[in-house]
Amino acid sequence: MNKPIKSHAAGQRIPLVDGIEKVTGKAIYTADMETDDCLVGRILRSPVSHGRIITIDTSRAMALAGVKAIVTGADCPHTYGVIPIAMNEFPMARDKVRYRGEPVAAIAACDAATAQRALELIDLEIEELPACYTIKEARAPDAALLHDGKEGNIERDVHNEFGDITAGFNNADLVCEETFDCAEVNHAQMEPHAALADYDGERHRLTFHSVTQVPFYVHLTLARCLEMDTSQIRVVKPFVGGGFGARTETLNFEIITALLARKACAKVMMRLTREESFLTHRGRPQTQVKIKLGLAKDGRILATECETVQLGGAYAGYGLVTILYAGALLHGLYDIPAVKYDGYRIYANQPPCGAMRGHGTVDVRHAFECLLDRMARQLNLDPFAVRRANLLSAPTRTLNDLLVNSYGLAECLEKVETASGWNERRNDLPPGRGLGMACSHYVSGAAKPVHWTGEPHAVVALKLDFDGSITALTGASDIGQGSTTMVAMATAEVLGVDLARIRVVTNDSVITPKDNGSYSSRVTFMVGNATIEAAKNLRHILISAAAKKLDCPDEDVECTGETFWVRGSEQSMLSFAEVAQTALAEDGTITVKGTFTCPPEAQGGKHRGGAVGSTMGFSYAAQVVEVAVDADTGQVIVEKVWAALDCGFAINPLAVEGQIEGSVWMGMGQALSEETRYVDGLPAHASLLDYRVPTIVESPDLEVHIVESIDPLGPFGAKEAGEGALSGFPPALANAIADAIGIDANFLPLTPDRLMDELTKARRAARRKEAS
Amino acid sequence: MKRIIKLVINGKHYEDAINDNMLLIDYLRHAKHLTGAKKGCDGGECGACTVLIKGRPRISCITLAASCDGAEIETIEGQAINGRLSALQRAFHEKLGTQCGFCTPGMIMAAQGLLRDNPDPSKDQIKTALGGNLCRCTGYTKIIESVQAAAKASSEPAS
Repeated sequence: MNKPIKSHAAGQRIPLVDGIEKVTGKAIYTADMETDDCLVGRILRSPVSHGRIITIDTSRAMALAGVKAIVTGADCPHTYGVIPIAMNEFPMARDKVRYRGEPVAAIAACDAATAQRALELIDLEIEELPACYTIKEARAPDAALLHDGKEGNIERDVHNEFGDITAGFNNADLVCEETFDCAEVNHAQMEPHAALADYDGERHRLTFHSVTQVPFYVHLTLARCLEMDTSQIRVVKPFVGGGFGARTETLNFEIITALLARKACAKVMMRLTREESFLTHRGRPQTQVKIKLGLAKDGRILATECETVQLGGAYAGYGLVTILYAGALLHGLYDIPAVKYDGYRIYANQPPCGAMRGHGTVDVRHAFECLLDRMARQLNLDPFAVRRANLLSAPTRTLNDLLVNSYGLAECLEKVETASGWNERRNDLPPGRGLGMACSHYVSGAAKPVHWTGEPHAVVALKLDFDGSITALTGASDIGQGSTTMVAMATAEVLGVDLARIRVVTNDSVITPKDNGSYSSRVTFMVGNATIEAAKNLRHILISAAAKKLDCPDEDVECTGETFWVRGSEQSMLSFAEVAQTALAEDGTITVKGTFTCPPEAQGGKHRGGAVGSTMGFSYAAQVVEVAVDADTGQVIVEKVWAALDCGFAINPLAVEGQIEGSVWMGMGQALSEETRYVDGLPAHASLLDYRVPTIVESPDLEVHIVESIDPLGPFGAKEAGEGALSGFPPALANAIADAIGIDANFLPLTPDRLMDELTKARRAARRKEAS
Repeated sequence: MKRIIKLVINGKHYEDAINDNMLLIDYLRHAKHLTGAKKGCDGGECGACTVLIKGRPRISCITLAASCDGAEIETIEGQAINGRLSALQRAFHEKLGTQCGFCTPGMIMAAQGLLRDNPDPSKDQIKTALGGNLCRCTGYTKIIESVQAAAKASSEPAS
């Protein structure tokens, strides 16, 4: 157990170390870097959903004064994509376009007005092909195929079965099956996409700034698509205005900006509009979940069977991983002896989906927790009791061979049950009011990286120099979640020095060590552990230096805070500066590093797709939602939420609270109002007015409880905190609505119009029953 | 058409020739290199570009710079005084009213407009005043706490 006994920094509520820049307007984001010598980039997008490109004639556009470069699909014959075995997308379409808004050409010009005029001068001829937009259309026997060889427009189908399903259902006292339909949603991070590419025509080097969560993927993808040596590319991530998964994959506009910069031998700023940011998409796919559960009378789950169909959009992207996650994380939350999963990822002529907070798990968890609640009702069991009947006990391995090393779900349940007054209030609420609850979990980083190179999962370097300052160098991408602060705190904790002595330099490929990036909630766990190791290495050097100066063996040196002395004799105290000076005297500037590699036992099972879902530690969450539902309008008001999350150990409770609040709230957006909508492939939602994220006005009070199960492998015992609570909100809300008005809804979002339809149906049915 | 406008930004006087159709946000970001105000949408949807014009919170991405002739404009860059954070900036920093930080300049300016008029706002008044400012990170809980903390700090005599 790594938990600090007498904590110095870890466990303290520390404001973000880069927070001053954010509140003063000094934080520089990619779009803020535009200078007078920048060319302006613009993208020409397909006006049709599916078609064959006959001609792209750029001659009239190129002749316009001020146009410096034009690129089309012909400029990049290389596919790209986040999964090395599933790259089937070009940065700009070649031969075929597969969704409205797909890039087909791009222009770099001296100013925005010229670039815009030039776009209109590109002559684009496309022969339109039949398109499909829905799961049903795409799977129809006569459907137009988006990709050769992908019959039925099935990108991937995955199937697995663990335990004895038949016996499980046969032994069950109650078996129910329901199908849920969850709408597609988008990250809607506040910062629209932007990239800045600077190509040095003399040295043939590219310097690239972008909004990415994973600069390392961008680096590799630019090298591939531009046929450049990776050593000639520098990728820098400035401040990033949110990601939530949207920026895990390298995105088409990033490659296009680099292609333009090289062709123009210039610096090109590409700022996408909000509409284009929506078109770039990579959100959570529309998902149909058919779920079947078999329960014993006492609430024990004996078997579950789940079929998930995801409408993934026009290209593969993350699809394979998303459809695998949806099945893999049926496991790991409860003790279920038999689990069968069938997943289908479908192509259709809409913008490609991708990873979004709670990747793959959210809609399946929604279906599961809703059905579990309904069956508990039939068995006359309390929703808390039915969950408690199925708890795991850590350490254990799930049926699909996932390691569960720490498990705070029972305590989470207790916290929210007590805090919400569940037992006293649930049966005593006025009409139209309801309480609902649900549980959820998420990985603390994927134990197997996408690029399997054998390297450690994370590397952190520390530098101590003549000035006594410590600089941490990390490739961990802070996208607002506070990873930079975590690195500073972990360093300070191990060394016992003031936080003020530490600076963190992040995300510049020529300076900072490679990092696998900010996705799947991996950073605190992996980068945190690497930081601890680096700081231990530095501490060892400092102790040796102090021992030398104090003329005693290393093991006799005591060190707290910023002073060193010989144990038992506190007369000769050395300051940090004196010790640092001694340490530097022999070798000069000290640099150390620490690494983290996921232990093999955490890397998942041997079955196909077994690496997906594997992690060193799962976070666990339970929440209770209180609603008021207006039965005349279908309006749902979330009155209050109580959420508890087991994050192992809260290195920074302030940031952990922020992550839990943010993820619960994002789940609320998906549950209440968010959905992307297309009309024949044309987004009807591509603005922040039409895509309804909750405003402050309809956002409820969120009461957060942190549970600390102290994970054996986590840094100071910590696990993830930013995703696990999200997927619990939608089912907790649906269960609360059922409690309030007796409507079991099988869809997301739970908008007033849809709920009214259900209420009307229920009233008609009741009248019919009365009449008969 | 160009015209000459005179205005005061964060206490500094300017006189500039600008195009009639130039938006205030572009004037601030490109002509004045004040990039604190952010463009989060395609016009008037998110509030990230909020600045104070004559003391009132206004959305600079749908305001013509020419309409600000003679006006006093305050942006996030002018909020710190003598290098020290304003009460709102300090509260947003210490209470984690900011995560990714992209909405923060606009959020703080909208809150500043509120606190000038109403130094002790209720939670509902805070929600109403910030209703046009979207945040995607925080769930707003810590934003409300930040504004409340700033109001409290401002009402207490400086120690």
